[in-house]
Amino acid sequence: MSCTQTIMDYGLRSVGIGERLLPRTDFTLCQQFTLIGSGMIWNIYFGVVALSFGFFLATAVAMGKASHNRLIRKSSEWFIFVFRGSPLFIQFFFAYFCFLALKPVAPFFDVLSSAWLGALIVLFLNTAAYSGEIFYGALQSVPKGDMEAADAYGLSGWPRFRRITWPTMLRLAWPAYTNEAIFLFQSTTLVFFSGFPAWQQRGDALYYASYFADKTFNPFVPYPILAGYFIMLTLVIISIFGLINRRLNRHLPSDRRQRLKMRMNVIR
Amino acid sequence: MFDCTDPSQLSGLSWLMCYLTTGKHLSLYISVGTVLLLLAITAPTALLFGFGGASAARSRIPPLRWIGKGYIAVVRGVPDIAFFLFFVIALDQAFEWLRHKWKCPDWSEPIRQGSDFIVCAEAKLPLGTAPQWVHETYGFFVAVLTFAIVFGAFAANVLYGAMRAVPRAQIETAEAYGLSPRQTFWRILVPQMWVFALPGLSNLWMVLIKATPLLFLLGIEDIVYWARELGSAKTPRFTDYPHGDWRMWYFLALLIFYLAFTRVSEIVLDRIMGRLTRGQATLAGEAQRKAAA
Repeated sequence: MSCTQTIMDYGLRSVGIGERLLPRTDFTLCQQFTLIGSGMIWNIYFGVVALSFGFFLATAVAMGKASHNRLIRKSSEWFIFVFRGSPLFIQFFFAYFCFLALKPVAPFFDVLSSAWLGALIVLFLNTAAYSGEIFYGALQSVPKGDMEAADAYGLSGWPRFRRITWPTMLRLAWPAYTNEAIFLFQSTTLVFFSGFPAWQQRGDALYYASYFADKTFNPFVPYPILAGYFIMLTLVIISIFGLINRRLNRHLPSDRRQRLKMRMNVIR
Repeated sequence: MFDCTDPSQLSGLSWLMCYLTTGKHLSLYISVGTVLLLLAITAPTALLFGFGGASAARSRIPPLRWIGKGYIAVVRGVPDIAFFLFFVIALDQAFEWLRHKWKCPDWSEPIRQGSDFIVCAEAKLPLGTAPQWVHETYGFFVAVLTFAIVFGAFAANVLYGAMRAVPRAQIETAEAYGLSPRQTFWRILVPQMWVFALPGLSNLWMVLIKATPLLFLLGIEDIVYWARELGSAKTPRFTDYPHGDWRMWYFLALLIFYLAFTRVSEIVLDRIMGRLTRGQATLAGEAQRKAAA
């Protein structure tokens, strides 16, 4: 079987298009590349959707944590504490079994116990908590002079937030937020190892990589392939976030701009 | 305290007390000990790996420097759960392969036959005849080594940054006093780098705590395993304590356990940081001085 044929068969296998059965014997390199690459669709889906929704909740949480209202502040702090203080892996398990237990209550929860929505919600809340903390830190370090200048121009309330506070906060938070984005994409690999079933073997990249490693008993091929895919994904994220970073910093003299550096971060 | 001989007669709190002290639940509590043991062994080992990696990355010998930098760089950008899954098999096979070369030099067949990995019987790890606890200890050992390798790379990155954060003037002064590079490293650089390393290392400690449930993926019977096992629905046929699907509650308990653990760590680490910044010429140290005055 030629490689093009394999790509035709398995290229979209992870979303259920193409060959139904996974290869069982005589695994070729092409099959491993194709299937693991196909699994990346899920990682990208989880990462992109969770990040883009999480961004807004994160802003809200950061504002909430900086709020003067005690109730709002405390609830934001608790939200951040719960999601940052516990392992994502346990959060997945808890959410999955929680949705399972709620299933008899309403048919709505039936959808939640499948990975595409249930895991997405956990990832969304999780990234909102982590980025909320980052944004809060940035919000605290918005220069006082900027706010005074805004007052002097007669800006207040929503216009001040939208035109001064928020862009400055984003600018300061961006390097850390880039790291958070990279690690969100990496933690999407946990989804199919934490209770959420891979329906009809439609899994993510790591799911297929471990499938091959189990079948061939040879970890030296599938995991480096997976690593290669993730390094490429990371580079793409860095370049996209770098472009945004450039736009956020465009008003600054070039020597004061923060450059995006890829720094060590953490798993959760 | 409670008479647990006939659970079907019990109800309410006494039933719960008896339920929570069955043999299997004791295994759950022991596995909490396993997690703590893992942390206690992994943290120093990873620090050691990290120190080695960071020193190698600063070395003046190019190949050593490349190895150090490569070690630090390789964990970035790749999900570490992939490393966990990779290293567990890879380490196991590496050990068996080395023992195979050593114990059975006159073995002619190839080791990889299709999808099988075959070594001679004497090289198997642990030996097929070994008792159960040896198998479990070996699995735990491989898991600890995996954790140490992955977190060692993180620690290496933190320590490498901390070494570079030590003021240049300190090194130059040491050179002016005629200390050799080795003496400068051990007497000037290493004692001073810890203050700079502590924020990164405490962050790493939190991450390490939150990575412990991944033991489950390495095939260890840890708290996640027992929570799934004990929480699933039980019928009266197989147990004296029948109940429905309680996995949600077990994982809620784990969630709270981890929250408490990270919170306590946070408080302790803040104390240590406060102690270390006392008298330091940093913003935090200055703030402490002002608060005291």
